[in-house]
Amino acid sequence: MFDDSNIIVGLEIGTSKICAVVGEQNADPASAGLNIVGLGQSPARGMRKGEIVDAALAEECVRNAIVEAEQMADVEIRSVYLGVTGGHIRGFNNRGVHPVVSADREISDDDVQDVIKNAKAINLPAENTVVHAVRQHFLVDGHDGITNPVGMLGARLEVDMHVVHGNTNRLQNSVRLVKGLQLEVEEIVFNGLASSLALLTSEQKELGALVIDIGGGTTDYVVYADGVIKHTGALALGGDHVSNDLGHGLKVPLSRAEKLKLEHGSALVDEAMKGRTLTLTNELGLPLKTINVEHLQRIMSLRLEEIFQIVAQDLEQAGFTDYLRAGVFLSGGCARSPQIAKLAEPVFQMPVLLGQTNSISGLKSALDQPEFVTAIGLAKFGSLKTRKREGKPSFAQGIKSTIAGFLRR
Amino acid sequence: MKTKTETPVAAPESNQTRSVKIIGVGGAGVSLLDTLPGDEFAGAGFVAVNTDAPSLDASAAAVKIHLETKLMRGLGTGGDPERGRAIAEEQFSTLKTACESADVVLIIAGLGGGAGSGISPVLARAAKETGALVLAFVTLPFLCEGNRRHQQAQQSLEHLKSVADGVICLPSQKTFKLIDENTSVLETFRITGGLLVEGIRGVWQLLTRPGLIQIHFDDLCALVRNRHSESVFACVEAAGAGRSREVVEKLLAHPLLDEGRALAESDAVLVSLLGGKDLTMAEVNRVMEQIGRHCEHAQIIMGAAVDAEMKNHLSVTVIAAKHNPVAPAESPAAGQSGEPAEQAFPRGAARPSSRCMPQANPFSLQQREQTLAKNAGGRARKSGSRMRQEQLPLAIISKGRFDKSEPTIHKGEDLDIPTYLRRGVPLN
Repeated sequence: MFDDSNIIVGLEIGTSKICAVVGEQNADPASAGLNIVGLGQSPARGMRKGEIVDAALAEECVRNAIVEAEQMADVEIRSVYLGVTGGHIRGFNNRGVHPVVSADREISDDDVQDVIKNAKAINLPAENTVVHAVRQHFLVDGHDGITNPVGMLGARLEVDMHVVHGNTNRLQNSVRLVKGLQLEVEEIVFNGLASSLALLTSEQKELGALVIDIGGGTTDYVVYADGVIKHTGALALGGDHVSNDLGHGLKVPLSRAEKLKLEHGSALVDEAMKGRTLTLTNELGLPLKTINVEHLQRIMSLRLEEIFQIVAQDLEQAGFTDYLRAGVFLSGGCARSPQIAKLAEPVFQMPVLLGQTNSISGLKSALDQPEFVTAIGLAKFGSLKTRKREGKPSFAQGIKSTIAGFLRR
Repeated sequence: MKTKTETPVAAPESNQTRSVKIIGVGGAGVSLLDTLPGDEFAGAGFVAVNTDAPSLDASAAAVKIHLETKLMRGLGTGGDPERGRAIAEEQFSTLKTACESADVVLIIAGLGGGAGSGISPVLARAAKETGALVLAFVTLPFLCEGNRRHQQAQQSLEHLKSVADGVICLPSQKTFKLIDENTSVLETFRITGGLLVEGIRGVWQLLTRPGLIQIHFDDLCALVRNRHSESVFACVEAAGAGRSREVVEKLLAHPLLDEGRALAESDAVLVSLLGGKDLTMAEVNRVMEQIGRHCEHAQIIMGAAVDAEMKNHLSVTVIAAKHNPVAPAESPAAGQSGEPAEQAFPRGAARPSSRCMPQANPFSLQQREQTLAKNAGGRARKSGSRMRQEQLPLAIISKGRFDKSEPTIHKGEDLDIPTYLRRGVPLN
């Protein structure tokens, strides 16, 4: 059995499946310090558009996923990093300003803390809370692109923050559900952010990249440029909508539509499929209904294209289209649709790739699937957090070293 | 108001350079005038104008103008704006004298009836001729009050808009959002009136309080001119440490702003902040930033003012106007006959932006006599409205599994409806 302190668990409560990833901290820099040792998943019930609509059903599914992950990794899970999503989540950039008052105009650590505090003081609607406040760059006297201003001279220190916020109650729903299973929630993490952590290398972040995670009920996207998060968004659209459209258009039940999507779906209308039909049979093998494969693919293509268009429009409005030199990375269950990259390329007018979770070692081939990206990213987020914490000496360590210092004298 | 002695010329206060007259026209206008708290509007001249003697008697306004002619037989206008208009034309000089010596004239009226709809455009013209700036606050009738009243109100509104510098219009129907099943009729009218008074108060504060960031009256007029007929306004107040946040919250929750949706739709927004001496720039900034975020496409005019009495309080008035791309369709009543109705209320949408503009052609003496005589004869009116076929909303498309979940709305489109249906892609 592993030492529990090294175990980090990412839990994603998705609309179509619930996935728990167990990671183990290691010192190996090649794998970014995280080894995936276990994974549990369970089809989700009681979820719509990334949010819980039936807590009892959802709780059971989460329990199944956790139990499976525990068995596979042979650990006891005590705390998780919980992914959150939903159409209510928004991101925006905020700038904090702080005048440097010291006589020599040297920027001190305190100034930096103050300016960050100022940037975090944002005016949100009362029912909303901040999920993340991510630091972007400092500005000293209007000079952009400074990552560490301590020790520099200047009269005016500013910092840009990217703030992700969402409706408190709706965020708390999933936290409460997890707490009801006697699990600690270390932190809540926006799913889009988690996916981007798992997919992007620091080089890609520097170049500028867009990560789109198209899940069952929601589409989360994150823009990186100059190595920092510039923009985030969540759309309550996803694979469920594709299935729903198919059910509506082909006049088949939802469960059948879901199956058709997986078996015959394509993000682009396949020329070879034009005019082809498909006969659906009932359990006895008797023909029920004939559907047109071209229609199936057209309906699906239109929906997916629309999702990309909405994201592209949003980016254009925010003015980030020109920053994305590394291209667009797709993840989430919908990224499995055949030809999806080909569909997205003309919309974004840049290379579109299926994301790969390169930066993590462990059960590699089995894990490098688009639908696990978010959960892996959550575990990675956890490992980054704990490492940061370890960087600073803990209180106990501090006392120890002080005493040792005394003794040495 | 009730306690104060009134002179025709408003007594200018130390910090006040404009003399303002507030004129209530018609039954609704006069009673609304009475609800204005006199102490708050100290310095304004109150004038009540009506054709109906009992209503004037009940009013507490200092100056009362009873428009009367023997042809009316003391019966008022009988809900016919033509009569109101004719009588106002007849006594044009009286109205003009009443407006004299005022820099700004605020007209309050309830449109749809006879006096309010008929007299206010004429009064606005009279006030303009004396050289005053004219701003009208009017209510439109409830939908249930019937087609005819609605058309009369619309006609009068159009006319008023072509004459006055600005018209701020509150459709009474909107107050339905504020009331519940048990609200009495009286209460409802009081709420409607209260909202209008709120708006007047906001404009009043704007005009009289010393501005840190001044809004000129012209700005206000430019905002409401040539816009959609229904501007929305909201006035909210908050006190204490978190007042700037609270004010924005209240504003966004204001029913007339449709939870901030009205802000998003409007293309011109006027924001006036009034605070005590402790009003900080950061607060002003915070409020403006939040409002700005909700109306990204709008032209925003902002003003901030300080009032020593507003200690610890912050009051924000927002007037939002929508652009009016098309002139309202010709209503059947106006198109029906070649009678005075049509020429008396020309639909002059294109209007020079200068302050002195040509007037809508007034009644000739002959015409006036004709109208009065005709109406006094008590002949049955032509039925103004034809039967109309109501249209049911288009068949609602089932949203399948998303039927009961919160809809995903993006730029007004319900994205839960299949894309191929919204885009009209045929599947044959």
